[in-house]
Amino acid sequence: MSLRIDQDHSRFKQIVRGKIKANLRKYVQQGEMIGKKGKDLISIPVPFIDVPHFKYGQREQGGVGQGDGQPGDQLQPGEPQEGDGKGKAGEGEGEHALEVDVSLDELAQILGEELQLPNIQNRGTEKIVTTKIKYTGVHNIGPESLKHFKRTYKQALKRQIAMGTYDPGNPIIVPVREDRRYRTWRLENLPETNAVILYMMDVSGSMGDEQKEIVRIESFWLDTWLRHQYKGLETRYIIHDAVAREVDRETFFHTRESGGTMISSAYKLCRDIIKTDYPPSSWNIYPFHFSDGDNWSADDTRLCVDMLKSDILPSVNQFAYGQVESPYGSGQFIKDLREHVGAQENVALSEIADKDGIYGSIKDFLGKGR
Amino acid sequence: MPRSLTPRLADLRDEILGHAKAFGLDGFETIFEILSYEELNMVASYGGFPTRYPHWRWGMEYEQLSKSYEYGLSKIYELVINNDPCYAYLLEANSEVDQKMVMAHVYGHCDFFKNNFSFRHTNRKMMDEMANHATRVRRWIDKIGIEKVEDFIDRALSLENLIDQHAPHIRRNPDPKVAEEQSKANETGGGIRVEKEYMRGYMNPQSFVDSQRKKVEDEKKQAKKFPERPQRDVLQFLLDHAPLEAWEADILSIIRDEAYYFAPQGQTKIMNEGWASYWHSTIMTTKALKDHEILDYANNHAGTMATQKGKLNPYKLGIELFRDIEDRWNKGRYGREWDQCDDLRTRRNWDKKLGEGRAKIFEVRKHYNDITFIDEFLTAEFAIEQKLFTFGFNEKRNSWEILDREFRKVKAKMLQMLTNFGQPVIEVIDANYDNRGELTLAHKHEGMDLKGDYARETLKNLQSLWRRPVNLITRWDNKGQLLRFDGTTHSEKKVDL
Repeated sequence: MSLRIDQDHSRFKQIVRGKIKANLRKYVQQGEMIGKKGKDLISIPVPFIDVPHFKYGQREQGGVGQGDGQPGDQLQPGEPQEGDGKGKAGEGEGEHALEVDVSLDELAQILGEELQLPNIQNRGTEKIVTTKIKYTGVHNIGPESLKHFKRTYKQALKRQIAMGTYDPGNPIIVPVREDRRYRTWRLENLPETNAVILYMMDVSGSMGDEQKEIVRIESFWLDTWLRHQYKGLETRYIIHDAVAREVDRETFFHTRESGGTMISSAYKLCRDIIKTDYPPSSWNIYPFHFSDGDNWSADDTRLCVDMLKSDILPSVNQFAYGQVESPYGSGQFIKDLREHVGAQENVALSEIADKDGIYGSIKDFLGKGR
Repeated sequence: MPRSLTPRLADLRDEILGHAKAFGLDGFETIFEILSYEELNMVASYGGFPTRYPHWRWGMEYEQLSKSYEYGLSKIYELVINNDPCYAYLLEANSEVDQKMVMAHVYGHCDFFKNNFSFRHTNRKMMDEMANHATRVRRWIDKIGIEKVEDFIDRALSLENLIDQHAPHIRRNPDPKVAEEQSKANETGGGIRVEKEYMRGYMNPQSFVDSQRKKVEDEKKQAKKFPERPQRDVLQFLLDHAPLEAWEADILSIIRDEAYYFAPQGQTKIMNEGWASYWHSTIMTTKALKDHEILDYANNHAGTMATQKGKLNPYKLGIELFRDIEDRWNKGRYGREWDQCDDLRTRRNWDKKLGEGRAKIFEVRKHYNDITFIDEFLTAEFAIEQKLFTFGFNEKRNSWEILDREFRKVKAKMLQMLTNFGQPVIEVIDANYDNRGELTLAHKHEGMDLKGDYARETLKNLQSLWRRPVNLITRWDNKGQLLRFDGTTHSEKKVDL
């Protein structure tokens, strides 16, 4: 049902998203990582739009409170709020901005809107359906093992009070048959689509901390978006210099190796992982490869292109290559890729000059909606 | 869509209304409507009205209310608007006992709206007025475009608090007729009227006549100043004298009207909520509650009365103060004898069995607002019992902390927070500053400095209405400061006060 206020509401959201939009670049640029809280919630301060008034600084004003405590005792952080007369008086940004939980889903939505990302087409042909038991309510019949004690006793208390048999001096509550309450459940069918991201990163001597930082931030946003699109997203991490190996997330971002670069080693490993673990018929596969574009030899590059053409590209949704600019690299690799596979529609190539470039690069990678 | 009451709820309403009337509550006729929580959130975002002019700020309010409802943080129980007839809304999903409590609470508010002196001048047909405002703004939006209109509303809202909170009760501008007669009398020589000619020299000695003349001349000089005397209703001043376009003036007047309509609610928040809570509690616990409803009622009532350390709950403070007054007047704990008694035991057992409590609180609800309410009835005993304290910000520890429990300080702080609705008093003192058509406002400093960044931004908005440069004289760190915005840049200089 639509309400009259929807118009005002969406207008407000647009303004706030405008703020988030402006801040979004800032997040990306400053590498502000957003912490996950609990399962998938993160807390980002949503600025309250505060129309300026002539007013006192709140810190100067102080106030009157109520409760226990000695002079000098600290109040909980953020506890004092301005008195609510008509409406709510807002706080200045930074003083204590209203904290609103934005789920990663919502954030991804904002990201999608901002970057005008298309929703991803689902590629899996098999739909795997799982059933899940969900406890949805309370009923007055059920198995004893699912008895809801609190509700049962509350009911019994109500009944006893109503019957006049409850004695506060001797608060004994005895539930009878009719008081018992049980949890009830429902079976839910969850269609499942599977997706995997394979991150590959060049960790040869030429990739410095700054380059890795860029990769880290970018992969966070990629992750967020793809998680929004697919439930049950898997991620795998591959690092390589002259040889490739699979690592965990922690190692992926923090290893600094040195030595030469043989990109083909990573592609080979990537191909093998796909072959063994992710049959393309039921998986959406997204390899992302980040490098400074400095490969060992033209021969190796040729090998890479061949592998892409024959094995990787036919089985993945999209292959993405991001080239981070580095003072040492020649940056040749992206040119070679562009020449040989650039025309393929499930290839996304992007050059990332610096942190500012991340924004555009995300768009390059995800803008195709594959 | 709002729905009217189900037959069952209508029966309950009749029952509660019967109790309310029996207790002597006398409100406007009250119309209850049932809303879903989305609708209730919407109406609450609109400040209690079903329609307002389009503006994002209602959306902001709505976002907050919806979020906090959805996450189970808070829920609006009741909404009632000051109108004749009173409109009140019930949340569809509430249980029966909740509905009864809300109805009883609402009848308390209605009685307060009708009888408290602060509301005497409010528009009792505000429901219609708000709808008219909405239509007017919509028309301007159709003509001029949403962007321009909304920008203007944003700027006008920034000045929304620059009204004269007490205006309905005080006539600040002298009646023009009286002023004219007076000036005539003064010109013809002035002095006291003399019946007998030979008395003139005695009644009006030359020195007196001279001083009167001088006063008249001074006054004339004063009159050249514009405005003649500081004007606190800055919005009205802008409406009268700023070069506004027709649509701008219309919207500004709407904002001013609404600010005046809401002002009394700000001035009586503690009393109004206290009064309504007192009555829902009284009606429910002595009349309307059924045995099996007690738990749920107690739970809800306790939720409403919950206190947080860093914030005063007006419901709690109000109800306790009303109860305290009732108790004191029942026992005769007032007057000279009581004040002068300092024997603790006598004081504790003091009970003259007067039973004047109920009558007293009815009187209080009529003639007081929050300031006078606190000023007159907040006693040291009450402050201790309610564990009131003042708090402040400790820069060193970067945290808020309890400062003091001393009664005088608590009371002073409270009154300070309530004065002018906790807002700085700012007046127009000169609309032709430096003889250059610049508008100058002055902040009546009462110990607290203005927030600088906000003041600058607000000046910017003011300038956009006045078109010429604007100034604000205030005090920072005990030194006079003049903030200025000339349309492009901010500047500041020290001034003598």
